[in-house]
Formats: sequence, C-alpha cells, structure tokens
Amino acid sequence: MSLDNILTNWSRYRKGAEEGGFHEYEHQWGMVVDLNKCIGCNACSVACYAENNLPVVGEKRCGKNQAMNWLRIERYWDEPDLAPYEAIPTANVDAWIEGNPPAKKTELKPSMPSSYLPGLLEQDGQSFEQRVGFDGTKSEFQDFGASFLPMMCQQCHAATCEPVCPVAATYHTPDGLNAQVYNRCIGSRYCSNNCPYRLRYFNFWSYYEDAWPEPLHMQLNPDLSVRDKGVMEKCTFCIQRIRVAKDKAKMEDRKVIDGEFSTACVQTCPTGALVFGDMQNPESQVSKLWSYHQVERGKTKQNKENKELRGYRILEGLNTDPSVLYLERVREV
Amino acid sequence: MKYVNEKDINEEIKWAQINTDILQSLQNPRKAYWIAIAVCLAMLSCAVVAEVYQYQTGLGVADLNRPHMWGLYIATFIFWIGMSHSGTLLSAILHIIHADWRKPIYRFAEAMTTFSLMTAGFFPMIHLGRMWNLYWVIPYVSDRGIWPNFRSPLVWDAFAITTYLTSSALFLFIGMIPDLAICRDNVTGWRRKLYTVLSLGWQGTDRQWRHFRKTYMLMACFLIPLAVSVHSIVSSDFAMSIMPGWHVTSFPPYFVAGALYSGCAAIITLFILLRYFFRLEEYMTVALMEKTCKLTFAIAMVWTYLNLVEFGATWYGHDPVAKEVLISKFVGPFAPYFWAMMFFGSVLPFALAFEKLRRHMATMMVVSILLNVGMWLERWMIVGPTLSHAYAPEAWNFMWPSIVQWAIVFGSFGWFGLLFLIFVKVFPCVSMYEVKEMVFHRRREAHAEVAEKFHRRAADVQQATGRPSAEGA
Ligand code: SF4
Repeated sequence: MSLDNILTNWSRYRKGAEEGGFHEYEHQWGMVVDLNKCIGCNACSVACYAENNLPVVGEKRCGKNQAMNWLRIERYWDEPDLAPYEAIPTANVDAWIEGNPPAKKTELKPSMPSSYLPGLLEQDGQSFEQRVGFDGTKSEFQDFGASFLPMMCQQCHAATCEPVCPVAATYHTPDGLNAQVYNRCIGSRYCSNNCPYRLRYFNFWSYYEDAWPEPLHMQLNPDLSVRDKGVMEKCTFCIQRIRVAKDKAKMEDRKVIDGEFSTACVQTCPTGALVFGDMQNPESQVSKLWSYHQVERGKTKQNKENKELRGYRILEGLNTDPSVLYLERVREV
Repeated sequence: MKYVNEKDINEEIKWAQINTDILQSLQNPRKAYWIAIAVCLAMLSCAVVAEVYQYQTGLGVADLNRPHMWGLYIATFIFWIGMSHSGTLLSAILHIIHADWRKPIYRFAEAMTTFSLMTAGFFPMIHLGRMWNLYWVIPYVSDRGIWPNFRSPLVWDAFAITTYLTSSALFLFIGMIPDLAICRDNVTGWRRKLYTVLSLGWQGTDRQWRHFRKTYMLMACFLIPLAVSVHSIVSSDFAMSIMPGWHVTSFPPYFVAGALYSGCAAIITLFILLRYFFRLEEYMTVALMEKTCKLTFAIAMVWTYLNLVEFGATWYGHDPVAKEVLISKFVGPFAPYFWAMMFFGSVLPFALAFEKLRRHMATMMVVSILLNVGMWLERWMIVGPTLSHAYAPEAWNFMWPSIVQWAIVFGSFGWFGLLFLIFVKVFPCVSMYEVKEMVFHRRREAHAEVAEKFHRRAADVQQATGRPSAEGA
C-alpha cells in the first residue's frame, strides 16, 4: 500500500473498500458445507490442527477461551419440538400428523443411561446424572436434536476485518482470499473485534514453547510457519496447498483442475460434508452447488425462485459477502 | 444568597504580591506534596513490573480471550484521552469567549491535558501484541514501500493523538513564556539557567506582547477544532466497526461530552489538591471552584442526555443484536458496573447543584473522584459488553481483567500524578501575568462601579434641587 499504488489505483482502491477486495480475480476459492451430512465428529478440526501447525494450548488456556481452533464445530440444541418421530408420545401422533403438534412439550430423557459406561461417566464419586444436574426431567445435554455448524474463516469478500487493520496485515489476495501476513501483524486485535463471526485467533502466549513436546515437534508441517506471541491468525483455506497446486499447474502450463487438491478439512471429512473449489470455474463442484442453490455473491438478500433450496450464508445481511455456503439441515419431524 | 457578592479574586492584591505568592509554590510545598510523590512512584513501579512481565510472557497474562480482545487497556486509553479535553476547554474555549475567570486555574488544567495525553499514549502501545513493531503505524519512507492502512481508525488515532499532544504542549509552553521570564528574574542556580533558555529572551516589550497575543489566540483557535476532532476520531475506533453497540452515529458527540465531563471532574480534584499543597487559597478561590462546578454540572447533563439518546435509539432501532448488548448492560453480567456508571455519571452530579456542597472542599474532592470513577466505568461499558455479546452466540464470553491489567491501569495514575506533581513544582501552576490582568480588570470594573454610583447620585441630587450638585461638579 505505497503512496504510488494508492495514487495510480485510486478508483480501484476506493471500490475495494466498498465492494470488497479486487475485482479481477485469478481464482475465487470457495466452500460449501452441507449441514445435513455433518455429524459433528470434529475430524476437520483435528486435520486443521495438524495441517496448520496449530498449537494445542492445554486445558487451562482453553478454558480461558484462548484456544487456537481455526476450524471449530459449534453445537446448537434444536427446539424440543423438532424431536425425532419416536419421541412423540404415541397418543398424539395423529394430531401431530394433522398439523396439531402436542400442546405438552415432549419429556426429555437421557438417551444413554450411565450404566453403559459406568467407569467413564462416573467421576469424583458422582454419577453422570449428578454431574450434569439431571433430575429426571431436565438435562444439560439434550438426548436428541444437536445441530453442528463448522465455523472457519468465511473468507469474506467485503471483509470487515480488512479495513480496520492499522498496518494492512490482512488484505485481499487476487485469489479472493482474506489473507493474513503474520510478519506484518503488530497485534492491535482490531480485526478480531470487528469480525462478526469471531473467527480470528490471537497468540496470547508463545504457545509453541509447550505445544509440541518432543517428539511431537516432528509432526510440524514444514510448509508453514509457527506463529509466536502477539500475532493474529486465522483459517487461510490452506493457502500452502493452494500455492503448491497453482505452482504445479503453472509449470505444466495448464489451469488448476477441480478436485486436484483440497484443504485439510475437506480431505478429512468422513461424510463429505465439505466441498472446496474454485468458484470461477463453472465446472467445479463448488460453483455448481452455489448456482444450484441459487446463492449469488455480492448480495445481502438472495432472491430464490425455489424456496425449498437449502443454501444460505451466515449473517449475509451484514454485507460481508462470505465465500462459504451452508446447506441447511433438514429434519423429518 | 449570602455568597452572591463574593469575588472571583481579591482585586486589591498587589502585583508584587502575586509574584511572591506564586513563586513560593516553586519552593516550599507542604509535606503532603512529598507524600503524594512517593505514592505516585509506588503506583508507577507496580505498572512497570506488570508491564515488563507482560512484555516477556505475552498478552495472555492479561487474561484477555477470544471475543474479548480489548480490555481495560483500551477503556483506560479512552479515559485518559478524554481527561485531556477539559484543559483545552478551559484554556482555549474560555479564552476565546473572554471568560476571564479561567485565568487563575487554566495553567494546571493545560498541564493536565498534556500529561494525560502522554499517559494515554502508552495504552495502545501496551496493548499491542508485538509492541516492538509499533512504529509500523507511522507512514515512514522505507524501501519496501509498505505504508500503514489509511482506512483504519487506529491510524487516524495515531495521527490525532500526536498532533494533539504536540499542539497542546506548545500551547502550554507559549502561554507560559511571560511567566517563565518572571521566574528567570527571581531565581538562582539551575532553575535560572532553565528559565533563561525557556523564556526565549522575553523582555515584555510592546512588540513582544503584540506577537505573543496573536500567537496565543491563533493557537487557541487551532486547538478547539482539534480537541473536538481528536475524541471524535477515538470514537471512530468503535463507530467505524460493524459491531452492535459500537456502530452508533451519536458516538462522536457522546465521546466529546464524556471527555469534557471527566476532564472537568479531574480539574476539580486537582484544583483542591493544588490549593492545599501550595497554599494558593488566595488565587484558587471558592468562587472559581463554584464556577467550575457549574460548568461540570452542565456538561454532566449533556452527557446524560446523549446517553439516553443512545439507549433510546438502540431500543427503537429494533436491531436484535444491538438490543441484546443493551440488555446485557441493563441486567446482564455488566449490570452492576453499568448502574454504578449511571449513578456516578448522571445522579451524583446533582450534588453539584447544591451551593453548600459546592463550597465544601472535602466533599467536592470525594464527589469529583467518584465522578471520574463513573466516567472510567463508562469507558469500560463501551468496550466490554459489545465484545462479550456480539453476533456469534457461541463466542459469548465474559472477561475479568487479571492483576496485570489492573496493575498497569492503576500505575498509569501514578505516572500521570508524578508528571503533574513535578510540573507544578518546576513551573508556576497559576498564570501570574493573567492573574495580574484579571486583578487589573476587576479593579477597574470595581472603580467604574463606584464612579457610576457616584454619578447616579449626583444626577439624583441635580434633579431634586434643580442645580448641579457640588459633588457632581
Ligand atoms: S470471517 Fe471474519 S476473519 Fe474471515 S474474512 Fe470474514 S471478517 Fe475476516
């Protein structure tokens, strides 16, 4: 962001502030998350830890919310009304089918009695029920109806984190990514405050000092730096893999092929809930899914012809223009 | 009622007396002064220890966490920036509108401005993760051609604060030149050397006075918009963001009002302390105290109004997320601090409406400190709840500052106090030449009043008797 650059590219610079990023992209990496398929197993999160040299901060710091999970699975409890079929008292099934849900909320029961895992669930001389305060009618954990929401940096095109960084450590790449230059970051943490999704992580400590005790340091990914204290970091869509793939394609004088590579989380997902690819390539799975679900970029409100389509983006109304499309979870009730 | 005719200053005081009285403040303060210095030093060392520890270990020791990235550091930063504004109000705005009651008390208020800015400047540095790279915010020319991001309010902050600090320090210095010359002519030793350099060869010639007046007036005119813009820019750190509870258009005036408010409260505290330390009862009179209190009261009401506007706008704006933040202030984990802020900020100032209380120094000392506590809480209520309750419900969290944060915040008061105490011992904290001016004007006014009474009586006599009275002739 030199003066020269600002003067010669003023209109582009201005436009970038309003509409987000550049407009002549080489690629536009995007993702689709099918919540119907997500089982909340956290494999993606673990893969992210391994791929991106994320420090395991330990119980105490994790309890303080200082963990560095770039990709985290959020768990939401559904309304009890969305209970599975068996949970509806049989007497009311007819009324339920006719569209009159039972007036009384379904009673909650623990799905897994503690006798299944006596040793595991009993701790400090307390049974599982005692520990979670289960008194027969209410449990801290519902026995059904958990929804999982994998949250990684949404790679917004009009990223709210970008304009507020005083040293321009976070910027938009020609790949449509929201990049973070670790060396440039001075740690004002404004970007994190301004990310509505709360997906930026700060190195509050020199985590690396105790995160990989020998011989675990051997597992570190050499393609990537290990960040020190005072640096802000976040999901990069595995930019190191993108680089390798792009370099390879360039050497072979061709375009990057869809599915040639993917991010660590996508690669690991056992149910294939995550899809990654270039949205500028109309043949890619990602862009097909986006167009099938009639979600368009650069909009705060989608105008879908088919209301049944499940695609949506999180907090779309804020006009951050995220690159991650979520497919709603549909339940049979 | 019985105080109505009390004077701002004893107009019969001799000019030579003024010099002696003020100059003695450079010599022999009370013992309490030295105790205050010791306390400040102790506080400052707490902060230094905490900061060195944090610098070595990383910001984790401050107990900040993921959604709660800004803690007391930024809240206290705004507090100190705000504190600085009343010095400008008293010295520049009241100078321009010719409110001459400011004259005996503006010097220390201006010093307060400069020093609280110097204190404030530390906080953004302390809160940086990699503070050794702080200079990257400055647009210096480098071969890499990398500039700061001019879209970021933090960069505007850096510019605004350095500009304000430079100008207010200059303003303080310029306004002091005639006094420095008086000091130069009355002291010996190292002080004489210092004042000789600083008074820039002031002789008090007609020409010098004319230039001086012009410069001073110009600086005052320059400082006023600057002061308003500085706190508006600080408010942009919040208002420019997308977060609920921060993204509020009324933030700039709200911040400026809050700034003047806390500054005025601080002026009252320092007023009482200085009056006591240096036995300046003759100059820092109860009448002046009353005027400052009235000013504070007026600003407190403006602040209260803007607060209510903000709440109302959020409530009727029907943005559910912003409303959630507001509710978390009213009844959530922040409620005790929020209601304490409302009490100290909006209810307590009514104490200033009572003449009895206004004139009682010890009471005012306590009240003014509590007002400042309220204003400090206000800053925390701006920073905290929004970070705790924003768009992502799974990231909702609360942060209780660790001992490191508290020590640094606490120590900043020691640092400010130390700078201030040293200043008032080395430089005259009451403007001698302006007090003389004030005494001169007041005496002339008093004489004019007497003369007017005399003429009126003469006219009455003439009317009654039909011929000019012997007195009126
Ligand atoms: S999700 Fe947050 S961190 Fe990622 S680009 Fe958007 S605003 Fe920035």
